[in-house]
Amino acid sequence: MAHEIIAATNAIVTLDVALPGIVWGWIITMNMWAKSIGTGIIFLAFFLLKKYPEQTAFIRLPVVAISIVFIHIFLLFTVVDLHQMFRFWHIFFYPHLTSAITIGAWMATGFVGLLFGMAYAIYIKKDTAMYDKLLGWTTLLAIPVTLYTAGLMAESTARELWQMPTESAQMILAALLAGSATMILMGGNKFSDPIKKDLGLVLGFSAFGAFLLYMSEYIFGAMKAEEVAATLEFVKGGEYTIMFWVGQLLAFITPMVLVCLSLKKQSYYLLKIAAVSALIGLWVSKHVWLVIPQLLNMS
Amino acid sequence: MQLGFLVDLRLCMGCKGCEIACKVENEVPLSTWRLRVKYVDVGSFPETKRTFTPLRCNHCANAPCERICPVSALHYIENGIVNIDKERCIGCAGCVMACPYGAIYIDPQTQTADKCTYCAHRVASSMMPSCVVACPVEANIFGDLDDPMSNISKYIQEHQGNVQVRKPEKGTDPHHFYVGGGNVTLNPLASFRGEGHNLFNNLTHLPIGGHH
Ligand code: SF4
Ligand code: SF4
Repeated sequence: MAHEIIAATNAIVTLDVALPGIVWGWIITMNMWAKSIGTGIIFLAFFLLKKYPEQTAFIRLPVVAISIVFIHIFLLFTVVDLHQMFRFWHIFFYPHLTSAITIGAWMATGFVGLLFGMAYAIYIKKDTAMYDKLLGWTTLLAIPVTLYTAGLMAESTARELWQMPTESAQMILAALLAGSATMILMGGNKFSDPIKKDLGLVLGFSAFGAFLLYMSEYIFGAMKAEEVAATLEFVKGGEYTIMFWVGQLLAFITPMVLVCLSLKKQSYYLLKIAAVSALIGLWVSKHVWLVIPQLLNMS
Repeated sequence: MQLGFLVDLRLCMGCKGCEIACKVENEVPLSTWRLRVKYVDVGSFPETKRTFTPLRCNHCANAPCERICPVSALHYIENGIVNIDKERCIGCAGCVMACPYGAIYIDPQTQTADKCTYCAHRVASSMMPSCVVACPVEANIFGDLDDPMSNISKYIQEHQGNVQVRKPEKGTDPHHFYVGGGNVTLNPLASFRGEGHNLFNNLTHLPIGGHH
């Protein structure tokens, strides 16, 4: 990678040590992807239970079950990625409050506690009022749990591709995309047409918003900082170009098109294909965005 | 007290004595480095020149690695050194991502983060860092930046206009200076880095702590 070479210097590294490669790889991608589903489905559940309380009563148990499963996948991959995983408890006993990792770990712990409270309310006590009350708090906490990874990326100085507030917006959009896609797949044909339409709209608009942000960075990012320009070369003809466009196509472009078609043709089947495409594509697009700044030499 | 480093790149002859002294002093494992000397060749034949740049942690006053560490394993000590507590580190690699200078690595033996500590253990015993002692041309100057009479402060005063830090735009406020540096030596994006330039040519990228 040589972004600023000029003919006058023709500078070439002739002797150096091998540098670290990708530090945060697919394990962290899994972490972000699973978290998007785990928190996203809570956002969607809150919305549906407020807007269609009668027709969506059946989602309470599956929603909390799905969220618990995916948040635990997220936690598992978070811990597995630690090189000293059995010291995980240090985060709680030696917390450093300027770190987004610390804040995120605490928030996620609170979130898991609330999820188990919701499961208890609906599965053991069969108390929907208690469930709905807890859902409100869980939804609130889902916001920082979704956002903390963006904070972590923002704290990664010199990985200039990851900017705030863009990453925050991307995280929320990813959660809405993943949450609506999971809800579409979970609900089967039990949802009425207006609910399907709403879910399709959330899926379509979150795909549109995320795609818009990616494209804005793709086109204009390089004009703001040399590191961004150098990083984007990996997706502009570089080794991650195909993967980047596969991610964009599956996560955003295909869902946008299929949502439009499904609304026009009243086809829930197309909506389900859009949901599957979005979930697969989200993993791919997150992975590319996670990895490419790490390919840049820092020294 | 604010300890700092200065390297006079006009003196450095790329002998890598500092690199080896550091390895030995700190028992830095194979394939990892707290301090390294990068060679960059400049110009076109026959008008070519070889430059040497020792690269180590800058002990930033506003250190992103310290900020991101969830357990304060990276912390400041009173003399301004950014130190690491390897017993506390959980190996999240947040610091590796946050350091804009690639100064931190995951130690393959302890599976924790590690980096140059300005030989804090030696400094605590009133000794110079081992790289300073090893340098045959005294290109490494170490001392108290708060003391205007220290060698390093005097050197900075004498070479006003020719003192640089790496990536000043990152706002990290490094306590590591270079005299006689330039874009080619201090900016990694200003030189071409092909395969086969490193000491062990079949090893181009390092595995991170067995995760790959
Ligand atoms: S150079 Fe890197 S490792 Fe050293 S203090 Fe600055 S941010 Fe931390
Ligand atoms: S790897 Fe260790 S030193 Fe680095 S941020 Fe994580 S806990 Fe802190």
